Amino acid sequence: MKVSPARVWRARGSRYRLEGSRCRDCGFTFYPPKPACPKCGSRNVERVQLPPRGRVVTWAVQYTVPEGFRSRAPIVAAIIELENGVRVLGTIVDVDPSEIRDGMTVEAQLRRVAEDGDEGLIVYGLKFVPAPRG
Amino acid sequence: MRRVFVVGVGMTRVGRRFDKGLGELAAEAIFRAIDDARGARPEALVVGNMMASSLFNQDNLGALVADYAGLRGVAAYHVEAACGSGGHAVVAGYSLVASGLYDVVLVVGVEKMCDYPTSVVTAALAQAADAEHELVYGISFPSLNALVMRLYMKTFGASREALAQWPVRMHEYGSRNPYAQLRFRISVDDVVRSPVIADPIRLLDSSPIGDGAAALVLASEDVARKLSDTPVEVAGVGMATDSVDLSSRMDLLDAPSVRLAAEKAYRMARVSPRDIDVAEVHDAFTVTGLLCLEALGFVERGKAWKEFADGRFGPGDKPSVNLSGGLKARGHPVGATGVYQVAEIAMQLRGDFPGVKAGSPSIGLAANFGGVATQTSVVVLRR
Ligand SMILES: [Zn+2]
Repeated sequence: MKVSPARVWRARGSRYRLEGSRCRDCGFTFYPPKPACPKCGSRNVERVQLPPRGRVVTWAVQYTVPEGFRSRAPIVAAIIELENGVRVLGTIVDVDPSEIRDGMTVEAQLRRVAEDGDEGLIVYGLKFVPAPRG
Repeated sequence: MRRVFVVGVGMTRVGRRFDKGLGELAAEAIFRAIDDARGARPEALVVGNMMASSLFNQDNLGALVADYAGLRGVAAYHVEAACGSGGHAVVAGYSLVASGLYDVVLVVGVEKMCDYPTSVVTAALAQAADAEHELVYGISFPSLNALVMRLYMKTFGASREALAQWPVRMHEYGSRNPYAQLRFRISVDDVVRSPVIADPIRLLDSSPIGDGAAALVLASEDVARKLSDTPVEVAGVGMATDSVDLSSRMDLLDAPSVRLAAEKAYRMARVSPRDIDVAEVHDAFTVTGLLCLEALGFVERGKAWKEFADGRFGPGDKPSVNLSGGLKARGHPVGATGVYQVAEIAMQLRGDFPGVKAGSPSIGLAANFGGVATQTSVVVLRR
């Protein structure tokens, strides 16, 4: 991935803070944020903070990884349904892949995502970790 | 709009083609298609390709391919729709003839994937996903499809063994198609024991990495009669989109882009799903093949895995599905695949497909998409 300061900075809302969009006309809330509503087409959308907790809807344990991610294999990809019903595709870390279950509760945390070589920019983003019970 | 006909087809066998670059491989398929169309002289060229830019640092592909194929001077451009580039190129070529702008148009799909290690190709294929919110985390394309496969199996109660019937049957057909990359048979056991790529997707659920090119000559009605004794009409075309990111999908087990593209193509051709005799669908992975059958209206939602495992969709059924071996066994040189599908269906309708035949079909369909059914083209052909 080609990294640039402007590109990383632009994505700070959705990638650092889990911001989505909410449509003021039909109420649909979605991630990632976009300038128009995917459901009704309205441009009357606002940025909203999404809840960090959710449940696993489906997941994949990925052994073949793209160039640059070898040290992170296997990667667990998952669709998480957040507490307000919005779905987010992300990765789950700090867990043995065999322990992932349907409906398992996870929580978004800011983590290191990728590096642009040894001396380049470090890309941060949200990864999900198993949430403490309760 | 004017009627449009396929008057020539040409394909290369999918596989490792270290001997040829993009322009040379495309030319190989183009020469065959032109020869098949009695030396037709195309006025325009549409090139379907996904990864020339990311893997070969090559843009300006329309002109490059035109020049390599001895067509310097013709109008030419490149269509990109990830793994759906080929099918979208066919629709673009169709429009050029239907609109009256040109009488003879060449469409070629070309992709070279074997020059690089799997990790590099995996990274390039992942560009079909949302770069800022999916690719950035190292999520691969097989992984996205694995999310859908796990959900499909859980929601519809499909067993691992039942799903394995798809690749088993694809390999059986592929073993009889001289253009197929994987010409060997496999068993259910082979599938369920093959290496895991992105659990639950295993190697044998996944289409292979391959090089390939396929080409079509399209012509207007009056010209078509001169170029072919067996012209096949492009009776309907449709295209539609969905979100690139999987996060905001309304329903991961629906494929609305396939449904909408098909509705449009059916309407234009004045047919219904029940009229289709032979089809090529986009089985980049086992689960996408099943979702296609459901979204195209061949079978109810959630039932494709069962009906397929019970033996439906074979030669002579309505429709016969993926007699080429599909993406699974014919191979999936991504940006070329949609052109292969249309070429195969045209040959089935002409009666000269060199592999498993559908009988004597009169209406055929090709469904090709980029991403996880992110953008789809559906083409209905009629004898
Ligand atoms: Zn809305």
